[in-house]
Amino acid sequence: MTEKIIMAGFGGQGVMAMGQLLTYTGMVEEKNVSWLPSYGPEMRGGTANCAVIISESLVDSPIITEDATAAIVMNLPSLVKFEGNVIVGGNLLINSSLISLKTARDDVNAYYIPANKIANEIGNSKVANIVMLGAYLELTKVVLVDTIVEAMKKVFGPAKQHLVPLNQKALELGAVQVK
Amino acid sequence: MAKILMKGNEAIAAAAIKAGCIYFFGYPITPQNELPEFMARELPRIGGVFVQAESEVAAINMVYGAAGTGKRAMTSSSSPGIALKQEGISYIAGAELPCVIVNISRGGPGLGGIQPSQADYFMSTRGGGNGDYRHLVYAPASLQEAVDLTMEAFEVADYYRNPVMVVGDGMIGQMMEPIEFKEIRKRDVSSEDWGTTGTKSVRKPNVINSLVLDPAELERHNIKLDQKYKEMEANEVRYEMYKMEDAEVVLVAYGTTARIVKNAVDVLEKEGIKAGLIRPITLWPFPNKAFNEIPQGTKALLTVEMSMGQMIDDVKIANEGKLPVHFYGRAGGMIPTPEAVVEKVKTILGGER
Amino acid sequence: MAVVFKKTEGLTDKQFHYCPGCTHGIIHRLVGEVLEELGVLGEAIGVAPVGCSVLAYEYFNCDMQEAAHGRAPAVATGIKRVLPENIVFTYQGDGDLASIGTAEIVHAAHRGEKITTIFVNNAIYGMTGGQMAPTTLVGQKATTAPYGRDAAMSGRPLKMSEMLATIDGAVFVERVSVHNVASIRKAKKAIKRAFEVQLEGKGFGIVEVLSTCPTNWGITSVESLKWLDENMIPYYPLGNFRVPEEEI
Repeated sequence: MTEKIIMAGFGGQGVMAMGQLLTYTGMVEEKNVSWLPSYGPEMRGGTANCAVIISESLVDSPIITEDATAAIVMNLPSLVKFEGNVIVGGNLLINSSLISLKTARDDVNAYYIPANKIANEIGNSKVANIVMLGAYLELTKVVLVDTIVEAMKKVFGPAKQHLVPLNQKALELGAVQVK
Repeated sequence: MAKILMKGNEAIAAAAIKAGCIYFFGYPITPQNELPEFMARELPRIGGVFVQAESEVAAINMVYGAAGTGKRAMTSSSSPGIALKQEGISYIAGAELPCVIVNISRGGPGLGGIQPSQADYFMSTRGGGNGDYRHLVYAPASLQEAVDLTMEAFEVADYYRNPVMVVGDGMIGQMMEPIEFKEIRKRDVSSEDWGTTGTKSVRKPNVINSLVLDPAELERHNIKLDQKYKEMEANEVRYEMYKMEDAEVVLVAYGTTARIVKNAVDVLEKEGIKAGLIRPITLWPFPNKAFNEIPQGTKALLTVEMSMGQMIDDVKIANEGKLPVHFYGRAGGMIPTPEAVVEKVKTILGGER
Repeated sequence: MAVVFKKTEGLTDKQFHYCPGCTHGIIHRLVGEVLEELGVLGEAIGVAPVGCSVLAYEYFNCDMQEAAHGRAPAVATGIKRVLPENIVFTYQGDGDLASIGTAEIVHAAHRGEKITTIFVNNAIYGMTGGQMAPTTLVGQKATTAPYGRDAAMSGRPLKMSEMLATIDGAVFVERVSVHNVASIRKAKKAIKRAFEVQLEGKGFGIVEVLSTCPTNWGITSVESLKWLDENMIPYYPLGNFRVPEEEI
């Protein structure tokens, strides 16, 4: 099993944090992992993306090219930029709250998830990324939800422990979308 | 010890601190900023020193001064900044001071770009500064290796009293991977009291210096330095061989490019094409001896770099004209894909057949 | 027989290489005497420049580092930050400090590095054979200003002390001369004060010492002392430009 996930959106959508959380969780489950961000001026206000690899075997290249097993796209430019990177039969998770277009691909499994709408409904638009992550985990089961909740407790730190239940709810509601 | 997930730049900084380096002098430049930022945060807490210098030139000369006191000191930068540091690196080599210089390299020439690149091979291995000098160049391919080699670099620098460079491309600096800090082999470092720490009026003054005006004396100094470099060539070469048995084509790549090439080698294997990889871990000294282990049946060499072809010169030297040497490279921050490397290998074999 | 004069412990027995009539020797001696009198020779670490005083590391009887051209303040920063209890000084000429090393001296002052700089200004590049320095006077001849320095082409000479005195981190700035006995006495006082400021942990101190170069000025030793007095001092006024705030 090797999952190669591209996560992309605009700055502030928590794309990098979502990637780091998944990577960290993979490490906790003793899988081989890598997280590679885009960096530079595009990080400062433009689109941001990262490549996460979670594998049972050693990660050779940390770069994801045309071989993404999944892409999570949070805004339209990200869909346009990365839909072509997903392998045939791969998963393409689209934030339909902000993307009204459909993917041009007909050979991937596309899921349209109103992440911002769901996040707003539970009171915090910032967890839209976690809604998407919940859907992705339901599809792939690459790490256990329990492990990721434990990971959140650890990475959020004492000051943000109260956000764990909210994020857990976001994971669940995301999962429901693709069940 | 449990593994921790760290960004490359921070992992290298943490490794340096683990190795006992608490003196850091730097100047901001992308894509290595997390390294000095980590040092600025951590060093004051442990009685160390972080100085943001006015320039890369000043930073390396601060390293010269700090290293001249006999303490472990380091600097980090990225390509254009490393170019500026070359003056200081030459002086540090001449004055026989230990220190570690980290280059998280980017595309050039000039201001170039900020994306990953391996275009500093010449600058790193040929010595960008003046004079007859050499220094070790480590090229880690993973964050674990970056951590291990950074810690080792301080031991090696102290052992030889010579600067050591760790070169990672932007990917090494920016990516996150799990790492652990391992115990490294301590070297038997001479306890000679050469540092300028004040005579306390009990010993003769120590002088840190690279000026030798008498030609005969300077030549003796050059010969002494050269003996150290020969010793490094004999003892410090490191490389990895991957799937070399019966390889029809042997690829040569270092750093993160070697990981991409490993992907390509695996893909080729599935398609029934035998390819192997020589991965230099030390760029200087270059692992010439690895090329003696190339199987009889190998038909060609393929050097893959994130540059227009720099290491290929060393590959040709090591190859001693035995096999055709091909090249595939991407530059400017563009990254070779495993698919493209696979295609190149097929083209080479097609041409051979 | 009573000893009425002896060489300072602050200098080694190495014979100076300086030209006849050059005042570097006097300035070396003043620095050596001050280090000895303050009782800090065993704690002192000096940084030598590139230029006429490149071999200063052979003359000062304390630990020394030889820096790249202009970089002495950066090297001194590295030393002082590692060894804050030691006494660290740089000894630099005008090509070294006022030209190639302007960034390093300005920022050492800017950071308030607790080091002492002895800046020897003789208005010319001596070691390389008499080229124009940033401190060469207008009209003064140099091998790279054979018709005399032209202000329209090369600007007017830099007044480093005045410039550095505008920086808050520079807590002691004084310009002195060594062209006669009275000025030598004042120079020594200033050098001593600059080192004391470091001992007191107050910040960066610099003493600019106007110096002669009969060889490259193309005049005799005696004439050079007079030339300094008549030409340099009017442009580079002697005096203190900055003392620690509580002394104002």
